[in-house]
Amino acid sequence: MTTLRIRNAIKQYPNGAQAVKGVSVDVEDGELVVFVGPSGCGKSTLLRMVAGLEEVTDGEIELNGRVVNNLEPADRNIAMVFQNYALYPHMSVRKNLAYGLKNRGTPSDEIDRKVEEAGALLQISEFLDRKPSQLSGGQRQRVAMGRAIVRNPAIFLFDEPLSNLDAKLRNQMRLEIKKLQRRLDTAAIYVTHDQVEAMTLADRIVVLNNGMVEQIGTPTEVYSRPATTFVASFIGAPPMNLIPGELSKGQLHIGAHSMPMNSAHAGPVTFGFRPERAHMNGAASGLAVEIGVIEELGAHRLIHGRVGDHEVTVAQDAELPPPDGRMMLAFNEQDTHLFDPDTGARV
Amino acid sequence: MAVTEIDSSAETSGTTKAASADNRPRRKTKIFDHVVLWLGVLLMMGPIIVAFTTSTFDHVTIHREGMQFGWGGEFVETYKNVLYQEGGFTGEVTGLLMTQNSLILGLGFAIGKIVVSMLAAYAIVYFRFPLATFSFWVIFTTLLLPLEVRILPSYEVVQQLGMLNTYSGLIIPLIASATGTFFFRQFFKSVPNELMEAARIDGAGPVQFFWDILVPLSKTMMAAIFIIMFVVGWNQYLWPTLMTTEEGYFTLVRGIRNIMQQMIGADIPEYNEALAMAMLAMLPPALVIIIFQRMFIKGLVEQEK
Amino acid sequence: MEKAQFTSPWLPYLLLAPQMIIIAIFFLWPAAEAIRASFFLEDPFFGTATFVGLQNYSDAFAASDYQRTAWFTFVFVVLVSLISLGIGMMLAVSADRVLRGKGSYKTLLMWVYAIAPPVAGLIGVMLFDQHIGPLVEFVAYFGWDLQVGVDYWDTGFAMIVVATWKQVPYCFIFFLSGLQSIPTSVKEASAIDCRSETRRFWTITFPLLAPTTFFLLILNITYAMFETFGMIDQIVKDQPGNSPVTLVYKVFRDGFRGNDIGGSSAQSVILMILVLALTVAQFRLIERRIHYT
Repeated sequence: MTTLRIRNAIKQYPNGAQAVKGVSVDVEDGELVVFVGPSGCGKSTLLRMVAGLEEVTDGEIELNGRVVNNLEPADRNIAMVFQNYALYPHMSVRKNLAYGLKNRGTPSDEIDRKVEEAGALLQISEFLDRKPSQLSGGQRQRVAMGRAIVRNPAIFLFDEPLSNLDAKLRNQMRLEIKKLQRRLDTAAIYVTHDQVEAMTLADRIVVLNNGMVEQIGTPTEVYSRPATTFVASFIGAPPMNLIPGELSKGQLHIGAHSMPMNSAHAGPVTFGFRPERAHMNGAASGLAVEIGVIEELGAHRLIHGRVGDHEVTVAQDAELPPPDGRMMLAFNEQDTHLFDPDTGARV
Repeated sequence: MAVTEIDSSAETSGTTKAASADNRPRRKTKIFDHVVLWLGVLLMMGPIIVAFTTSTFDHVTIHREGMQFGWGGEFVETYKNVLYQEGGFTGEVTGLLMTQNSLILGLGFAIGKIVVSMLAAYAIVYFRFPLATFSFWVIFTTLLLPLEVRILPSYEVVQQLGMLNTYSGLIIPLIASATGTFFFRQFFKSVPNELMEAARIDGAGPVQFFWDILVPLSKTMMAAIFIIMFVVGWNQYLWPTLMTTEEGYFTLVRGIRNIMQQMIGADIPEYNEALAMAMLAMLPPALVIIIFQRMFIKGLVEQEK
Repeated sequence: MEKAQFTSPWLPYLLLAPQMIIIAIFFLWPAAEAIRASFFLEDPFFGTATFVGLQNYSDAFAASDYQRTAWFTFVFVVLVSLISLGIGMMLAVSADRVLRGKGSYKTLLMWVYAIAPPVAGLIGVMLFDQHIGPLVEFVAYFGWDLQVGVDYWDTGFAMIVVATWKQVPYCFIFFLSGLQSIPTSVKEASAIDCRSETRRFWTITFPLLAPTTFFLLILNITYAMFETFGMIDQIVKDQPGNSPVTLVYKVFRDGFRGNDIGGSSAQSVILMILVLALTVAQFRLIERRIHYT
């Protein structure tokens, strides 16, 4: 069944600016959907519309079969984890967890039981009587999740919950969030600008740009068949290389080089390939790259160079000898991408 | 990098180490700084100390020999007189009664101001309503006109309302100024918005949010502003002078004026009692800001922002 | 950032009510009354009032007494503001530099703030008293026959000294907190770049203190104009004679002692305009600061 349906949601501010320009997304039961996009793309606004913290200008938000557009956040059966945790600084962890239940008139023995349960689940039982200021960043993060869990909501809303943590802790917490969400089997929306987080966490990714959906799909789909040049350059690190070319009669021409391409399309195109999906075959033929800087990353190295006026990056296994001066690239056809240079859409 | 390290080590150990050539100028500025500070302390404290020592002498000695720098031995006598002796024209007012009135004014003013301005600031910061901007500007205009400027018509208004010689007439008009409202407005704006959103998701309404979250969060701010407002209220002079003609309502600071007037006509003025009264009037606010120094400074400096 | 989130048809008005009622009764009404009265000539014996237009204003400006008071107020305000600013800054810079006894210095230097202006005035009166005042004795060594209450500028001198004394702690507190908010890294960088401590102060520290200085300047002006009332009242002792007073004191005296309600109101309105100008200056300053940070 579908937990959440967002139907053509629009958010327009009084000054006329549109933050969300007609977005439709479904979140199935137990599914973790990640909204990803650059800052200002409307992902947080969309999440806040689901939470009821932003008014919905137009469209429908339907939670468990009930339109919730005009419900107060507290009446929507949602729980939210904020970027800066938003823990009540003057309350102990226990009171932080209990506050939402207390406001709903939950009997106090039930509150105690749920708080203890959540505490055990998140391994924060020993901190229950401390104040948030006495906890580390990771512990605060757990408390913030605990506050969401005790409520047994229909859906969890995560608003960039890991961005205040250092890199190591972030990786660790990312894994824990995923485990926890699987275990509770509750639907969740997770907002982030970090494509690595999006790829690793999501059942499905919603790539947003400029208030509109660029692509919805599983991480694999989004990675291997990006719908637009925006998605191509946003997902994957380093991003996909994009160079202009010309297609005619099944041949792609880039500068002096040409290669066969199984496409009926003709005219100018944007040619894309992933840095890690290019072969350096040492042969004299191929796409010629003038090599600039080489970065050693341990397991592999990044070779930065130019094709004509365009910067490209190629990843190479570190065990192979580094190239020098100039290299020739060849591609498997399933690893190449063609986009319309005007609309950016996949051809 | 290396330079900073040398510098900071010189800073911490420079005074104990034997003075090397490099250390000498540093040391000189340090002595200079202490000299400046000592002169400053002398300037600030000197008048108070002389006033206090003089108040321990009897008024004849003071009249004959001028202000005194030693211990006069009349301390108990003088201060007992000031505190307990009934004075004034009606012979009803004692120092103790005036202290009590000062406390009522200081506490009433501080508490009243905090309550009124917190509520108003909460409405302005956390609510969307049609008259919000208008209300803000009305409150803002009160910053433009200190009470001293509109003293005459204010007096007439209070007179017409029959509030002369009442505590409420003494306190409420002083609350009209918006400094407190702006202070709390600034503070509320600095409270992360997510806290309110989290509370809304947790099912807290506006009243609950205010009481459960915002008030506990504002404790330090409330304490800081309380200290400042208590001092400001205690030190009020012009308004109490006009408002209270009945001596039963005199505050200590207001009482200074009467002491002064009695001194003018006297052959040998009661210098000692006047100074003792001044000491009494400055003691509570001084104690409050010394004890709560950190909070007092915080409150004072936060107002700037 | 826009924060308004709760919507309720009546709650915000209820919350604002106490403040608004107090403002309406004790602020707006009297202020309007002052403006109205400034255009009328009131007869204290018959309680009648005649509309006289701007006559109260032109009378005020024309009176030599008013001009003299305005001049004294100007001198008083400028000197008190600048001297307390200077001393406060000097003490703060020293207090910020010393390592030992910082806390004690701070406490000893700041607590005079707690003294009410009239109390400061009373102590000033004693210190400057013809018979018992040690300060009079002190300046007599230098051949100055200081006569507070008799000589116009001698009395003014005493007022300036007492008012400055009372304001120094305030400046000191603000400057010290301003100095302490300068990041250590900036201080360290300047220590690497510049050897002379004096030069460092004028090229780095002083400019960084500029916002605090402007803010204090405005506050000092407001203080000198209005809050010194109690102190002046003590020194003048209700017997004006040949004593200088400030404009605010004159409003009070003409209104309550002289029963010249129209004239006093006109003077009030002139002061209102002055305060308005000060506030505008203050806000432009704050605006500018927001631009920079």
